[in-house]
Amino acid sequence: MSKLEIIDLHVSVDGKEILKGVNLEMNTGEFHVLMGPNGTGKSTLVSTIMGHYKYEVTKGQILLDGKDVLKMSVDERSRKGIFLAMQYPSEIEGVTNADFIKAALHARMAENEKFSLIKYIKSFEQATSQLKMRADLPQRYVNVGFSGGEKKRNEILQMKMLKPKFALLDEIDSGLDVDALRVVGENVNDMKASDFGALIITHYERLLDYLDVDKVHILMQGKIITSGGKELIAKIDQEGYDWVKDEFDLEDEQSRPSGIIGTCAVKESLGEKND
Amino acid sequence: MNNDNKDLENIVGDYKYGFKTDVENVFDTGRGLNEDVVRLISKMKNEPKWMLDIRLKAYNEFCKKKWPSFGPDLSNLNFDEYIYYIKSSKKTESSWDDVPKAIKDTFDKLGIREAEQKYLAGVSTQFESEVVYHNTINELEKKGVLFCDTDTAVKKYPDLVQKYFAKVVPATDNMFASLNTAVWSGGSFIYVPKGVKLDKPLQSYFRINTEQMGQFERTLIIVDDEASVHYVEGCTAPLYSKDSLHAAVVEIYVGKKAYCRYSTIQNWSNNIVNLVTKRTWVDEDGHMEWIDGNIGANINMKYPACILAGSGAKGTTISIAFASSGQLQDTGAKMIHLAPNTTSQIISKSICRSGGKVNYRGMVKHTKKATNAKSHVECDTIILDDLSTSDTIPTNIVENNTSYIEHEATVSKVSEEQLFYLMSRGLTKDQATEMIVMGFIEPFSKELPMEYAVELNQLIKLEMKNSIG
Repeated sequence: MSKLEIIDLHVSVDGKEILKGVNLEMNTGEFHVLMGPNGTGKSTLVSTIMGHYKYEVTKGQILLDGKDVLKMSVDERSRKGIFLAMQYPSEIEGVTNADFIKAALHARMAENEKFSLIKYIKSFEQATSQLKMRADLPQRYVNVGFSGGEKKRNEILQMKMLKPKFALLDEIDSGLDVDALRVVGENVNDMKASDFGALIITHYERLLDYLDVDKVHILMQGKIITSGGKELIAKIDQEGYDWVKDEFDLEDEQSRPSGIIGTCAVKESLGEKND
Repeated sequence: MNNDNKDLENIVGDYKYGFKTDVENVFDTGRGLNEDVVRLISKMKNEPKWMLDIRLKAYNEFCKKKWPSFGPDLSNLNFDEYIYYIKSSKKTESSWDDVPKAIKDTFDKLGIREAEQKYLAGVSTQFESEVVYHNTINELEKKGVLFCDTDTAVKKYPDLVQKYFAKVVPATDNMFASLNTAVWSGGSFIYVPKGVKLDKPLQSYFRINTEQMGQFERTLIIVDDEASVHYVEGCTAPLYSKDSLHAAVVEIYVGKKAYCRYSTIQNWSNNIVNLVTKRTWVDEDGHMEWIDGNIGANINMKYPACILAGSGAKGTTISIAFASSGQLQDTGAKMIHLAPNTTSQIISKSICRSGGKVNYRGMVKHTKKATNAKSHVECDTIILDDLSTSDTIPTNIVENNTSYIEHEATVSKVSEEQLFYLMSRGLTKDQATEMIVMGFIEPFSKELPMEYAVELNQLIKLEMKNSIG
């Protein structure tokens, strides 16, 4: 079993603080769902765990089995078992999916380990058919000319091939039609095992119908406000997020003064409560 | 990773193509060039008078010629420093067993026999200025294909040589064409008779093996009507400290409905100044393809050209240029449309790193008669760091109202987002960069025979790892 811990994580983008002290702990064998309104920092959190260059960690820790993830390069994080299925995967001209995934597998092999080409081809073909993707996928260039849904499925295919410990799925369901959604959901769920866990970002309850979810977290205003079981999903689906604001006494972010000269701004700069 | 290191060591350990073999040179003309040297070369080769006349006339042209008005500064070239002709073996060997051992060792290091077994339909290998080993497989002879070194062709096939030699690239064309015509030695001669189609590529390896020796191959390929051939030229050279000049001329004639593909990966060591004139005359409905890779050399100037002379003729150039520290690649393509319904395509991929400079310089011209001509030009450049530079210098001329030229050009750095994507799957930054670059040149490498694609792959990897920064 592996453990991923996020401790008091503060993250800024272009000098603007997005995450303001996130705490989260998950083990392999568990599926966690991260929910929250748009722009509250869900993608920021998973991108930061992967090590995206745009995000600056100003405070806090990320630990993988006690090891400091923030000290690792992006590729090292991947080799240690972290995987990010991206919302907008890159297109790589001239590089076939087969070569790409082969290189990624090579990168995580032990020095004396042998690469079995036959095994590789077989598992690639199997994953392709399980995800109901085009049979010529290995020869196609990485994400080039892929539809939105194909790109998402290709992310899941890579996840299946690379077998990470922790998968971070960033809105993997957007752009999928009903059938594709089921295929992706079932494939992700099939991976659930004592050595695999996932942190799933989604806006839709539908994907979660296919997943055996253990925990749900609600991220708002840069913090995890509350966590619970599957019942939270249904509640948000019916009522939205307003109840969270009320229940946890959150301020409305938009109503704060934005640099108006006067007493309010002065009060704010002095750290006084402004109402 | 481990394997990669091993591969790298195999290449770098003894710079795979940078070894030098000690062979006693039988004869050379000494340093410098004058009319006597030209006469001596012709005499040593036992040439007919008509060829000597061509050489002398070209030498006079050369004396009158001025430096090119464009491109890299070549004023460092000192024509008095070079040796223009070296004879390393008295006669052209016809059997492998007769080839001297030291030369054989060089070939073994180049893996040429192995290559021959796998791919070659015929081999013509140039060691220094003289072709010492030349083998034509029976199949070729049966089809009436002539494949030999150009020196032999002068003696054996004088009618063909006289008809085509210095016609597509006349001695008056440019300074280095004049020089080559005056002192040329070696190179390949190919004649493919009417209607003969060769499915296997013909190949040749070239090698400079003496310091300060200029190499002036002259290649002449004639593809008769409705015939087809793929010729592969491989170039490797040892590493030396002083400048070495290489000025080759390649002339190709493509007949009616004929097809010719000429593939090169040129990998001169970084002290070579490479100034090549490559040109094809394409007749009605003929098709010429230049597949041109430029990796090595200190200064490289090369603009493979097609003269689309017959109606419906087609020209294609797919090229890459890779400039690293201390290198200037000034390469491109020329397409001259002289007839109606002619089409051309240029795809150029350039990469520069650690202070290298890579320029695309090209010309597409549609003359008045080239009605309904179409051209498509695509030049893309990746600049890998802030030390390196690139210029794109296209010239497009249309002299009629019915033809058109499309020109697209991009210059970019390796995208951070792409790097992140690949690294998030476990590839190191270097591996990810390499993968993006290999993908970038894929339109070129996919056109190469398998063996060459593998070699190119290794060379690029080496270039990427070798340089500082």
